Amino acid sequence: MGANGTNEAFVAFDRVQKSYDGETLVVKDLNLAIAKGEFLTMLGPSGSGKTTCLMMLAGFETATNGEILLDGKPINSVPPHKRGIGMVFQNYALFPHMTVAENLSFPLEVRKIGKSDREAKVKRALEMVQMGDFGGRRPAQLSGGQQQRVALARALVFEPELVLMDEPLGALDKQLREHMQFEIKHIADSLGITVVYVTHDQTEALTMSDRVAVFEDGRIQQLAPPDQLYEAPENSFVAQFIGENNSLEGVVEQINNKVAVVRLDSGDLIDTIPVNVSQVGERTRVSIRPERVEFIKDRLSPDAHTLKAEVLEFVYMGDIFRTRLRVAGKDDFIIKSRNAPDQVRLKPGQTIEIGWMPEDCRALDA
Amino acid sequence: MSDTTDAAGRIISADGRPLKSSLNRALRREKLRALALIAPLLIFVLITFIAPIADMLFRSVENDIVSNTMPRTVASLRDWDSTSGEVPGAGVFESAYFDLAVAAQKKLHSQLGTRLNYELTGMSSMFRRTGRRMDDVGEVYMDQFAALDQAWESPEVWAAMIGDADWLASEKAWAKAQNPGTPPPAFEVKEGAQAALPLTAALYKDFAAYLRLNDGDSPTQEEPWPVFYAALYTDLINRPDAATAFSGADAQRLQTSAAAVTNFEAVDYKAAFVKADDGWGQVNTWATIKAFSPKYTPGYFLNAVDMQKTPQGISAQPESQQIYILLFKRTLFLSLTIMFSCIALGYPVAWLLANLPARSANLLLILVLLPFWTSLLVRTSAWKVLLQQQGVINDTLVWIGLVNDTDRLVLINNQFGTIVAMTHILLPFMILPLYSVMKTIPPSYLRAAKSLGATNWTAFWRVYFPQSVPGIGAGSILVFILSIGYYITPELVGGTTGTFISNRIAYHISSSLNWGLAAALGTILLVVVLALYWAYDRIVGIDNVKLGG
Repeated sequence: MGANGTNEAFVAFDRVQKSYDGETLVVKDLNLAIAKGEFLTMLGPSGSGKTTCLMMLAGFETATNGEILLDGKPINSVPPHKRGIGMVFQNYALFPHMTVAENLSFPLEVRKIGKSDREAKVKRALEMVQMGDFGGRRPAQLSGGQQQRVALARALVFEPELVLMDEPLGALDKQLREHMQFEIKHIADSLGITVVYVTHDQTEALTMSDRVAVFEDGRIQQLAPPDQLYEAPENSFVAQFIGENNSLEGVVEQINNKVAVVRLDSGDLIDTIPVNVSQVGERTRVSIRPERVEFIKDRLSPDAHTLKAEVLEFVYMGDIFRTRLRVAGKDDFIIKSRNAPDQVRLKPGQTIEIGWMPEDCRALDA
Repeated sequence: MSDTTDAAGRIISADGRPLKSSLNRALRREKLRALALIAPLLIFVLITFIAPIADMLFRSVENDIVSNTMPRTVASLRDWDSTSGEVPGAGVFESAYFDLAVAAQKKLHSQLGTRLNYELTGMSSMFRRTGRRMDDVGEVYMDQFAALDQAWESPEVWAAMIGDADWLASEKAWAKAQNPGTPPPAFEVKEGAQAALPLTAALYKDFAAYLRLNDGDSPTQEEPWPVFYAALYTDLINRPDAATAFSGADAQRLQTSAAAVTNFEAVDYKAAFVKADDGWGQVNTWATIKAFSPKYTPGYFLNAVDMQKTPQGISAQPESQQIYILLFKRTLFLSLTIMFSCIALGYPVAWLLANLPARSANLLLILVLLPFWTSLLVRTSAWKVLLQQQGVINDTLVWIGLVNDTDRLVLINNQFGTIVAMTHILLPFMILPLYSVMKTIPPSYLRAAKSLGATNWTAFWRVYFPQSVPGIGAGSILVFILSIGYYITPELVGGTTGTFISNRIAYHISSSLNWGLAAALGTILLVVVLALYWAYDRIVGIDNVKLGG
């Protein structure tokens, strides 16, 4: 696509809608542009429409309305096998009656690539996922992780420019999953391919992606790089869904373009950054990340807001301590502190003062 | 602690026994329990299924009717050379007389005739006709003995002469008691009588046993068979001093008779037989009896493959009587055709069933199973209504103008009718295993194939179809084995060209009563099915057959 210029999207969803039954929309007005070489993750709870979007892109579902463009060309009427998109399925979908090598050879055979070429490509793809010795095995003789690698190699062996992955690591155990996350990312980067990745695991999304599209209710709630998504959620759904989050409810008392003063339901006043609020009297949900909360007076900056809190529970988690507090009448306020030599271990029943920097406190929609 | 070993290196369990025997002991209870659970069914199947089938199959080689009914003839035929071109000598005819006379009294001769008629046409009527004449021969001697001494006509005299004294006493007591239901005492030959009058004693023994078993009558009251007189004549000619073994009136009477028999008018058995039926004068008759005298015979099996056992050896049946090979071939051909029709018609339906949403799939499944709710006869008759020349299909074709009214299509009472009706009846047996296998193939395989660049057809043929082969295998085995033994539908719609081997088997079981041939045909059918099953296992692998899951 280089000739067309870099600012034109490689994959584009243009006002795409999808309905299965003609009564409810599963995907509502989706607009999304994916750049060439980008690793984009569609993240969302089940039923949010992310998989439907992926299937429309792959060609297994048709968009009810709107246009999907691949490399500038509309592909709504192109059948799946002509789209040239690689795909890794949730349960791998390795053909059980073929060996690993035959599985990899399949996309090359249907493309009528010569035998020697085929063998070379299969060998290279298997070596790329460190499965070079397993060509003669059947999928059933492989472990889950090995099957996953083969599925990946099969999706890549015919050198597609775009690869779709539908929760490919869902069936693996935690350790293997974390390992494969890096491996997939590394392979995608080294090949320079565009990846659209679907998952409901937010850690996976944050670790792997260039950008994450958070889906909920058939819409993209926020589309941003992982750090922005985590540190600057644009609405309370994203704030809640990505990472751990403390939310306090209240009403806006004063507002200017930089600061909104919110009176919490408990009566306390706090300073926040207005994100989704615009006028006095509006109800809001204030979001603070647990690791941005400080409880030792010396470490708090002078202009930090403080609130009274009662320690309810202290959990030792190794690298961090997780403490549950009662704050402003709510007893699910969490703080996380690093396990450092000078760190204080709070005890249940203790009463402390907590505080944070105003810029860490975002006033979102109620 | 648990992997200590004994001197022989075996692992010892905690209680000091070898681990293996501990394990066996632990498993024995489970095995016994399992056995107890299947025992009722096992016994039921053994008694009602395996045993009758084994007995039936045994009939395909069993042939003891000849040697049981004509033991003396079979023995004396042993020295006769059937290729000599000459009818056996007088000794054989004499043996045949004693055998047949007894058989005629017991009414067994016509069964033997029927059996031998399978091998040589005309035997049945020959035996029946001859059986009726046997008494005439005996009566020739009977009259001469009676003329000599009236006592020879008395049953008591015969019983007292040949029967043991103890037996006679208990026999008389039994006759006096008039106790119906209790059988008369078992006959015992008098000491010495056996050696003195061997043939007469043997026949009398037969007579007493027959009466005891069939009528519950006493030999002391039944008139002696005429054949006894012929036997007595033979014995007395052979042993003129037979009387010395007896005492009293018996000795006296035998003494007189022995002196007189040399002047008796003797019967020419051979002439008597030939007079009864010309067949006895032909070498072929005797050759056939000799050929089928062993207790076991390959004759039924040879017949079942259009061969025959002749006195000259094994040869093909005359062309006009060759039918079974043709029927076997036709049965195989039609069964294969039906099987492939079922695959062709059932595969798309099973595919649809497996890929429709559950609600519509269930409705369709009910439609597939609907034929099971109607009787087989009703379904077959429905095909008759549809396919006959004045039937619905022909009427429609004529009405459309595709077929001339004068030359309506013959759709039934031929192979076409059998194929159509049986395909319809056996279709569910193909669809159900196919469906249950297809149900387990995730749709993601097809999607994966398409995403890899395969067209719809390639994705189906290279990815989906191979995975559905176990279902095709299971369905094919079911349909093929069911159709190869099918009987009722071909009988109703097959006419003459569309019938199966099973129709012939049924004919031999219920009409011609040639059970041996029916059993041989059934055995061959069973062997063919097992051979095909074996071939399938070698080529496709029986592990690849799945009925679901």
